[in-house]
Amino acid sequence: MDQITSVLILALPLCMFLLLGVFGNKMSHKMAGILGTLGMGVTLILAYSTAFTYFFSGSELFIDAAGNRLQSVVFDHTWLAFTDNLVIKLGFLLDPISAMMLVVITTISFMVHLYSLGYMHGETGFQRYYAFLSLFSFSMLGLVVATNIFQMYIFWELVGASSYLLIGFYYTKPSAVSASKKAFIVTRFADLGFLVGILILSFYTNTFDFVSMTSNPQNVLASTGGAMFMGGSVLTWALVLIFMGGMGKSAMMPLHIWLPDAMEGPTPVSALIHAATMVVAGVFLVARMFPVYLMEVTALEIVTWVGALTALYAAIVACTQVDIKRVLAFSTISQIAFMMVALGVARDTIHEGVGYMASMFHLFTHAMFKALLFLGAGALIHAVHSNDYTSMGGLRKYMPITHITFLIGCLAIAGIPPFAGFFSKDEILVAAFENSPLWGIWMTAVAGLTAFYMFRLYYRIFWWNEPDYEHHGHVPHDAPWTMTLPLIILAAVSCVAGFIPFGELVSWNREAYHIHLNIPVAATSVIVAVCAIALATVMYRKENSLPDKVANSVKGLWTAAYNRFYFDELYLFITHKIIFNLVSRPIAWFDRHIIDGSMDMFATLAHKASGAIKGLQSGNIQSYVLIYLMGALLIGVVTVVCVVIL
Amino acid sequence: MDINLMFYLIPSLIMFCCGVYGFITRKNMIAILISLELMLNAVDINFVVFNRFLFPGELEGMFFTLFAIAIAAAETALAIAIIINIFRVTKNIDIRDLNKMKF
Repeated sequence: MDQITSVLILALPLCMFLLLGVFGNKMSHKMAGILGTLGMGVTLILAYSTAFTYFFSGSELFIDAAGNRLQSVVFDHTWLAFTDNLVIKLGFLLDPISAMMLVVITTISFMVHLYSLGYMHGETGFQRYYAFLSLFSFSMLGLVVATNIFQMYIFWELVGASSYLLIGFYYTKPSAVSASKKAFIVTRFADLGFLVGILILSFYTNTFDFVSMTSNPQNVLASTGGAMFMGGSVLTWALVLIFMGGMGKSAMMPLHIWLPDAMEGPTPVSALIHAATMVVAGVFLVARMFPVYLMEVTALEIVTWVGALTALYAAIVACTQVDIKRVLAFSTISQIAFMMVALGVARDTIHEGVGYMASMFHLFTHAMFKALLFLGAGALIHAVHSNDYTSMGGLRKYMPITHITFLIGCLAIAGIPPFAGFFSKDEILVAAFENSPLWGIWMTAVAGLTAFYMFRLYYRIFWWNEPDYEHHGHVPHDAPWTMTLPLIILAAVSCVAGFIPFGELVSWNREAYHIHLNIPVAATSVIVAVCAIALATVMYRKENSLPDKVANSVKGLWTAAYNRFYFDELYLFITHKIIFNLVSRPIAWFDRHIIDGSMDMFATLAHKASGAIKGLQSGNIQSYVLIYLMGALLIGVVTVVCVVIL
Repeated sequence: MDINLMFYLIPSLIMFCCGVYGFITRKNMIAILISLELMLNAVDINFVVFNRFLFPGELEGMFFTLFAIAIAAAETALAIAIIINIFRVTKNIDIRDLNKMKF
């Protein structure tokens, strides 16, 4: 593992972005796509070898004599040195979570590059699409290997920008444009909190560096000197504000509203950015700062509450949505909330901080099976030309590969052994129960809801009643190999990822430990999941009136959930009615009438004055001469008179 | 009768005033040009006369006049060329119709 490899991991996607962005239009679609995919493939190999070296080489750079893994900065470059204290560096930090994220990002990104060759075939702006994918991969890789919080912030904004560009990829569609704006504005609003948090934290600690902050969290606590602000310690405020940035990026309630709309982007983009990688940046951020969070349990409790409420909310909403991508979007929100809860309930004192490991484990497995589900949804949309499950149904006969892989994804997310989701979710539930039975029961219930809504979706797509496909002109069929191959690979990964001894690789203090299956917790969650699946089977396997009856019996709740509990309307009310009317319009009025008005007044005066005297310049030379002559005579006369009088 | 300075200066002044009057009142551009020449010639006379009566030993005034005549000839040629070109464009050399050079 040398500097060159680490720099190349970031430089390759960046070069691909520049190459495809500048020269893309000169290339054919195929050329651009293959070039982008190959670039990502090489990055994938480099990232895998880096992660492999980190975890298994046993080099003293990466592991100490006691078997604890180390945080090692393999590349460090001082970028901006303002003062002795205020130095901004760019570097490459390798530790268990960044090595794990390198694997996740490059895997999913490569799959999406490959998949897009088929999915985006023939779209206008194909080269632009690949350029943006490379830009995103670059920014996300830079985010996870950031050595300091400022570098992370830079790449944090870059992923936000590339997400904006990709959501608005179909920029001729008004809904895509407004969705991309919404995503950008909401996450920017959250990033404001992040920035304030960074400034508070670094003001007290005099450093941006993650390693020095997390290796000595007591110093961070001590450096604030117990300063208080509005009933909370300054450190709590800083951590909560930093978490607010994470809430925006990870779509935690109440800043989740952008993620469902972000589904306007192309489906592979949803798989890459809005399911597997970018949206877990918030979780990654909290995990990166976790030792500091441990110093302030209040902040962790806030993380838990936000996560738990979001998980429940998103799971309920997901049960009622019709658009398959939106169901998946809400399930993503819910699953990320699981990871947040896992971090929130983790304490160093209980069970070796199992929540931290569980959160990262779930991040890993979720990335795999959620990308699988999204890519499967993409294949379905590709075949049926609709996002709506009402125009699907009975597709298992027409699209066998998609069917099997989607089923594996659903089983994985529902937490059925031996699929990946079972193991990671089980660890999260263990961590929740260890912290308090309330969270344990709460999260188990949400896990049950997860199984229910995923299988509701599954049955509505692949079973239920078959619409008359022949009547619509074409019969759906499985996608070309570039699209099915990533599905098969990800399905295979989802089957086996749970058996990775994750605790050996990743833990909050980087000490290896063994994961034990907690049989009562695991059994409970499996029973709940199976019951939920059984319920979904009864309700949705064949077309019947049961779902309508259920919906009618809880009509109020159903309508509210279908309308996402009116969060968007609430935001519209706050922004349009309150902020626009009470703040923006008066400011606009002041700007237009007072500020602009005074400037306009000067301009108008000058204009009027010039209009009054412009008649002198008539263009008639003879009159000029006359005036000149008269003037000269007048001066002469005055002079003579003066001379005579004096 | 002694021929003194005034005998030259008064006709020169009359010539100059005629030139000024013509320059302001005439509407034909050729006539304006002629008025201009009239003023120039009045000035030339002044040069020569002052040189002759005030500094009899010198020749600067004479030579200045010669230069002025030469330059006036060139300038007249230029002005005539401009007038001809204006006539080609507008079929008219009335100064009142050439009022584009204003605000």
